Amino acid sequence: MKNASLIMIIGPLFLLGLFAFPLWNIMLGAPQYPEPLGMNIHISGIEGVSEFDLQNIDGLNHYIGMKTIPKPGEMWEFDVFPKVIIGMVVLGVLIGLLGFFGKVDFKWFLGWFVLMSVLGVLGMYDFNEWLTDYGSNLDPHAIIKVVNEDGTPMTYKPPLLGFQKMLNFDVTSLPSIGAYMMFIGMSLTLLASYIGWKSKGTKVKQQSKKAVAA
Amino acid sequence: MKKHTYLVMGLLGFAALLTSCGNGNQGKGSSGALNSSNAEKVYVAPGEHDEFYAFMSGGYSGNLTVYGLPSGRMFKEIPVFSQFATSGYGYSEETKPMLNTSFGFVPWDDSHHPDISQTNGELDGRWIFINGNNTPRIARISLTTFETEEIIEVPNSAGNHSSSFITENTEYVVAGTRFSVPVPQADMPIKEYKGNFKGALSFISVDPEHGHMDIKFQILMPGFNYDLSHPGRGKSHGWFFFTTYNTEEANSLLEVNASQNDKDFIAAINWKKIEEYVNNGGGTKMPANYAHNVYDEHTHTATSIMRKEVLTVDPTKIPGAVFFLPTPKSPHGCDVDPSGEYIIGNGKLSADLTVHSFDKMIAAIEGKKFDGEAYGIPILKFEDVLAGTVKSGGLGPLHTEFDGEGNAYTTFFISSEVVMWKLGTWEVIDRKPTYYSVGHLMIPGGNSRKPFGKYVVAMNKITKDRYLPTGPELEHSAQLYDISGDKMELIYDFPTHGEPHYAAGIPAEILAPKSQKIYKLAENKHPYATLGAADAKVVRDGKDVHIYMSTIRSHFTPDNIEGVKVGDKVYFHITNQEQDFDVPHGFAVIGANTSELLVMPGQTKTIIWEPKQVGVWPFYCTDFCSALHQEMQGYVRVSPANSNIELSWSLGD
Repeated sequence: MKNASLIMIIGPLFLLGLFAFPLWNIMLGAPQYPEPLGMNIHISGIEGVSEFDLQNIDGLNHYIGMKTIPKPGEMWEFDVFPKVIIGMVVLGVLIGLLGFFGKVDFKWFLGWFVLMSVLGVLGMYDFNEWLTDYGSNLDPHAIIKVVNEDGTPMTYKPPLLGFQKMLNFDVTSLPSIGAYMMFIGMSLTLLASYIGWKSKGTKVKQQSKKAVAA
Repeated sequence: MKKHTYLVMGLLGFAALLTSCGNGNQGKGSSGALNSSNAEKVYVAPGEHDEFYAFMSGGYSGNLTVYGLPSGRMFKEIPVFSQFATSGYGYSEETKPMLNTSFGFVPWDDSHHPDISQTNGELDGRWIFINGNNTPRIARISLTTFETEEIIEVPNSAGNHSSSFITENTEYVVAGTRFSVPVPQADMPIKEYKGNFKGALSFISVDPEHGHMDIKFQILMPGFNYDLSHPGRGKSHGWFFFTTYNTEEANSLLEVNASQNDKDFIAAINWKKIEEYVNNGGGTKMPANYAHNVYDEHTHTATSIMRKEVLTVDPTKIPGAVFFLPTPKSPHGCDVDPSGEYIIGNGKLSADLTVHSFDKMIAAIEGKKFDGEAYGIPILKFEDVLAGTVKSGGLGPLHTEFDGEGNAYTTFFISSEVVMWKLGTWEVIDRKPTYYSVGHLMIPGGNSRKPFGKYVVAMNKITKDRYLPTGPELEHSAQLYDISGDKMELIYDFPTHGEPHYAAGIPAEILAPKSQKIYKLAENKHPYATLGAADAKVVRDGKDVHIYMSTIRSHFTPDNIEGVKVGDKVYFHITNQEQDFDVPHGFAVIGANTSELLVMPGQTKTIIWEPKQVGVWPFYCTDFCSALHQEMQGYVRVSPANSNIELSWSLGD
């Protein structure tokens, strides 16, 4: 249980990577942009991959009537996400410590993992909602209005995950270092739960063996 | 026998031409005629980059052109000494001061010899310098922005030809005069030239941090013509060598009268010694008047100030500073090999090359073995300094470059060829014809301690039939030779813009990564910049109307302006708000008595428009900036001079 608890203490700390590295990355390449434009989505805001990328993406998006990329103050998520992550790190480490001193068992570890997973899914859902709004809630006075074959207005929602061709742009959307660190951290807590569960099992077995011997 | 060789070579060349037209891949010949592998050598596939930058002087275009090697593709014309309507250089209010001189605004010059800055005798790619020959000036061009940043006029000079060569740590850029003139200028009979005129050799210091130039001292030499020069390097660092002609000091019909002496001189200048002399208070300050023009990348504006004094040095007052090396037949090019040992005098009226030895020169100086003097300057004995003679078999040697592997390459104007020979043994290894009458040649780094000896470019003075004819006036031709093998191989031929004299080449990997993409708007300190569309405005100051206008794809802010009157002087201050690579905006307004503006991202430029007629007059973006470029336009309403219409401006209402 001590090893499991140590892993449980270390695991949530990986989430701190989200403060240093982007969660997600969206790259936009086009014939005119052999060096693609890109945005890094951090939990506290969106940054350009290169210094002027956001400005240039906004500049291009105005043709099709997309809103400008939100600044940190313009989305509640950028305020709440960092707090949630800090809260989960503190909670996770605390559970690990309590486990180390034998106050709680592996079920708490698993509980943290499940809670984090639920929050993660909610976060992804929210992110997807924003992408949908960003890509389809267009200015009716947009300079360029493209319609699909069925006559509906074309929307420009970047893919949540993977590659998509949008007009002249090739859009690639992938998790970034922060997300991978979160994934590793969460996996560690799952591992901690497993080791905790196993060690409990062996304890029970050893106890039962002792009982038999007695 | 020689004639025979030429005939054979000519025939081979002709055969190569025929075959390359007919069935391109079969033109193999024994002496390097065109073959399919040559096509591959110069083929830079679409989207691929060249291996070298080549900066070719524009000659009478006054500018500097940028090419790629081996493809021969031209990338840019950098305006230097000439007004350039394409970008507004020399027309815009910001850049007019760049062309200011003591003679007023001089919109043109004749640019000759580019040289790239060096550290420890190797190309460092910070700046490139070039001389204006006609109204003596030296320009410094940034190799991050590829724009002219500074021009300094050279007083007491005329025909700034033995320029602009740099010392091996870019301590100095050196400018020598071709014409000797009265110093200071004076109203005197031309016939009294001999003994009275002076030849000024100027050592212009270069600030190691910013590159800013300052004339440190001028050596007032005897009244010869100082033709070309090159620095010592390695062991001869601290010396500078100038070829002279017209040591006869003729003032008329030089063609004949300056060709009488069997030998002229190479002047060897110990500039370290003179530097020490002036640092210790030596030299004479002379009143002068010359312009120093500096362009500031942050204000996007040049300023011109007149300098009023120059420090002159009498070389006879500094023992051991200057010596003359007798050199046959009116030498033209003066080239120093990568080791710094050999100084090559290209005697242009001769068949042979004279090579002097630096070590022998020092020994002769130490042994005081002089053969008289000229105007108090010791003349060394020809035999004492001679390292060897290259019996070339060609005629009219002009310039020599080096490949760093012990070989030298010399152009022969009259016999129209490049001759490859070996340093030390002086034997001729190879020769290839040029088309036609070659002037300079260039190997990237070929006049440094570390040449990149893969290609040599020959720059010719006569084009004739090399390309499709374009009437009487033709571009000049250049040939590219592969010198990576034992012999030279002609692999390509391409036209060049203006009249390239010298050129300077550098591996692309040194320059390309630091080539600037945009100017940062946040660093724009132009007093009339419009940093955001909200700052756009129109301000009247008497008859002057200042329009603070911003541009972004694809509109001007403002685009409707009223309240301008006939007789006003309207300043369009255009700021490009883009911060994206390769998105310039242009600006032109109907009837402007000046050029357009081409404004790079983050930059501000200004032109003046003086409306003469009442009406509503359009302006537009001249650079196809986006799919909506044709929508990028606006109007200025011009009312009668006595109108009381208030100034107003707007966008999109």
